[in-house]
Amino acid sequence: MSALKKLLGIVWIGLALFAGYYLYFDQAQPKFESGKPEDMIPAIIYTFILLPLIVGGLGCFGYYSLTGEYREHND
Amino acid sequence: MSNQNEQKSSLFTIIGASSVGTMIEWYDFYIFGSLATIIATKFFPTGNATAAFLSTLATFAAGFVVRPFGALFFGRLGDLIGRKYTFMVTLLLMGGATFLIGCIPGYETIGFMAPVLVLILRLLQGLALGGEYGGAATYVAEHSPAEKRGYMTSWIQTTATVGLFVSLIVIMVTKKSMDKAAFEDWGWRVPFWISLLMVAISYVIRKNMHESPLFAKVKAEGKASTNPLKESFGNKYNFKYVLLALFGAVMGQGVVWYTGQFYAMSFIEKVLGVSDQVGEIMMYAIIFATPFFVLWGWLSDKIGRKWIMMAGMLIAILSYRTIYEKMYQAVNPENKTEISEKAESKAELVPNKKTAGFDSVYTTTKAYTDGTTTKSVKTVALENGAVKMKDGKPMVETKNTKLINSSDQWSLVFWVFLQILFVTMVYGPIAAFLVEMFPTKIRYTSMSLPYHIGNGIFGGLLPAIATSLVTSAQKANEAAGLAKTANQSYLEGLWYPIIIGAICFVIGVIYLDGKDNKVED
Repeated sequence: MSALKKLLGIVWIGLALFAGYYLYFDQAQPKFESGKPEDMIPAIIYTFILLPLIVGGLGCFGYYSLTGEYREHND
Repeated sequence: MSNQNEQKSSLFTIIGASSVGTMIEWYDFYIFGSLATIIATKFFPTGNATAAFLSTLATFAAGFVVRPFGALFFGRLGDLIGRKYTFMVTLLLMGGATFLIGCIPGYETIGFMAPVLVLILRLLQGLALGGEYGGAATYVAEHSPAEKRGYMTSWIQTTATVGLFVSLIVIMVTKKSMDKAAFEDWGWRVPFWISLLMVAISYVIRKNMHESPLFAKVKAEGKASTNPLKESFGNKYNFKYVLLALFGAVMGQGVVWYTGQFYAMSFIEKVLGVSDQVGEIMMYAIIFATPFFVLWGWLSDKIGRKWIMMAGMLIAILSYRTIYEKMYQAVNPENKTEISEKAESKAELVPNKKTAGFDSVYTTTKAYTDGTTTKSVKTVALENGAVKMKDGKPMVETKNTKLINSSDQWSLVFWVFLQILFVTMVYGPIAAFLVEMFPTKIRYTSMSLPYHIGNGIFGGLLPAIATSLVTSAQKANEAAGLAKTANQSYLEGLWYPIIIGAICFVIGVIYLDGKDNKVED
């Protein structure tokens, strides 16, 4: 289980980076560029709330997982 | 024997007093969401209904996004000065803010001050809620014997759903006690005013409660934390459990909860167009499902918390698309036989109060053999006798509503009940689960933050994100020359809870051990 958790650490970091890219470039940026008021709210939510939370939080979780911090929890 | 009875009665008093207060806070929080459409017309400058609705959602989201800050602020207080005093403060803050929302004059009277004041009060509501739940859950858990902690705290878990239920009842009774015009004019304020009375009663009940015995002991021994925020999040040993609680349990629980109770409601009202019966449908589903919170809480004491929550999450994410497709098809007029001689169409010019001009309104009503009736109202804005344009497009707004028959209504009740049943599986045991993850001296702070990020942000933003995904899919259909509903575009919003739930499920299954059920340090 420890090896799996370490391996998954890479997956979570990768997922955090992918989510960050997707949230900003695929979702937020086109909405910012449209300039429409109804697009601004989701764009702000994606950029300033979800993005830092997912990139920072999931990335950190992945890092702890990769460095074996969750090992003693189960093994 | 009499000592045992006294202890039992005291435990139920603690559960009752904590639960009633928490239920009232949820009631306060949800009446805003339940009245979102009418609040939009009162407080936000309107160009079109969607913009007004999105503005309200944004305010709703503001109420959710701020919850983690409430968790930090009041969690810290709760770990420094005690659980009891902290959740007394949150109760008063919530009640005051709710009452004042009901007193703010509309946009037409005080202009932009109206939405600004609503936003400020909504933020205060979010802060209060952020502090309330962790306090109540911790307080009850710290009074409960280990073998009954899941059962005891599950009563706190019912409060959110019961709060929503009470909010729907109060709104429905208020609506029925006056005509539609009076409700839209001032009657919608009544549910906000009633909050003051409920909070006063709860305050009196809570005032006589004692401090949590575990916290009192920690404090008496001088072991209370001097800096709960630093110890919770600045200490890697504890912080990694905060992250695990968030990504391995609460994030998935949050999206399952908000899909079952709020997205379902918004889907029935806006996508299916069953706006007049949605309250009743939700109420029946809630009544039938609520006892299951306690059942799963009780069962979690016997077989553990982890697998009940994980099972609920898995079943939910695997079945959402099927459930929503069934709901859509249950009331889809294309599956029904129209009585063509009962079809009616009319066109009229209706004065528009805002523009002081006229709108051209086309109303089409249809009746079906199974008793369903549909009404489509297409409003075309006019300017100097010509169609008014915005961004090169005519300003046209179409509103479709339905009145469905009893059988279809019960069918929707069943599908919503199933979704709330999943909610009860993931949510029933989670208070005990979170409480058991963290030590007494920083428990309030440590459990409140992941809870409110998972529920407030991942869950609370669900309606806005899901609506945005559906709108994008519909726009793509229109650009491709297809019907708006082609390729099941109405189901696109479900990808958000499915993906978030799936990630949480994998993390929960692999990383959570689910064996620690101690709250004593």
